[in-house]
Amino acid sequence: MEDIIFLLILLGITYATGSIIEKRHYENIRKREIALIKKPIINFGAKKWNTNRKIKKIELVTGECVISGDYFKNFVASLKNLFGGRLTTFESILDRGRREAILRMREKARGANFIINTRIESIMINDTYTKDSVPQCAIIAYGTAVTYE
Amino acid sequence: MILTNIESVPGMTITAQYGLVTGSTVRAKNAIKDFGAGLKNMVGGELKSYTELLTEARKEAIARMEQQAFRMGANAVINVRLATSSVTVGAAEVYAYGTAVKVEPKG
Repeated sequence: MEDIIFLLILLGITYATGSIIEKRHYENIRKREIALIKKPIINFGAKKWNTNRKIKKIELVTGECVISGDYFKNFVASLKNLFGGRLTTFESILDRGRREAILRMREKARGANFIINTRIESIMINDTYTKDSVPQCAIIAYGTAVTYE
Repeated sequence: MILTNIESVPGMTITAQYGLVTGSTVRAKNAIKDFGAGLKNMVGGELKSYTELLTEARKEAIARMEQQAFRMGANAVINVRLATSSVTVGAAEVYAYGTAVKVEPKG
């Protein structure tokens, strides 16, 4: 009985903290994405990138993010796993992580005209999947920033 | 040193190529930060200390790759790729590789 009460309290707390953090994070991401809306990023240009304009600067830009879910999300996902279907709680974690990493990369290249050949690399750090371990995802986004003269 | 992850350096011509250069690093944070991250794991959100760890690892891997290219006499590395893998919990490996080349401005 005590175990169940403890679990419920834990779930309640982590639900509250998790949803507050997620809401704030999404607001933050949206604000920054709107600020960068005029800066295009593209993921082609690896083979041949030709332009007639003079190029001032070329550099590799990267953005990193390590994001984790919370206890509540993990609990819901483990229940959903029984029936299959979309694990919406995990989708939002990965979505936030990717967008954050891409935003960090774009913010480093503020002066550049655009970023070409963007790649996104992600990996689960916590691969020992047990009931108590929460997925942690490390994401690196990188690309080449081109600045015209 | 010019780094790009495309197969050329725009505005420049490649005059010589020296082959593949690589750089890798495995880094871990201390136990206190691991414990902090474990707590953060319960409530959710970004793990700042691990993000920092990943940034440091990426910088070091790229620096090692650059050093190797520099020793060969190259002044640019093209087609750079970054790969990550997890060795154990709390440690991150970042691996950077690319082709060392010598470039000259066009015209």
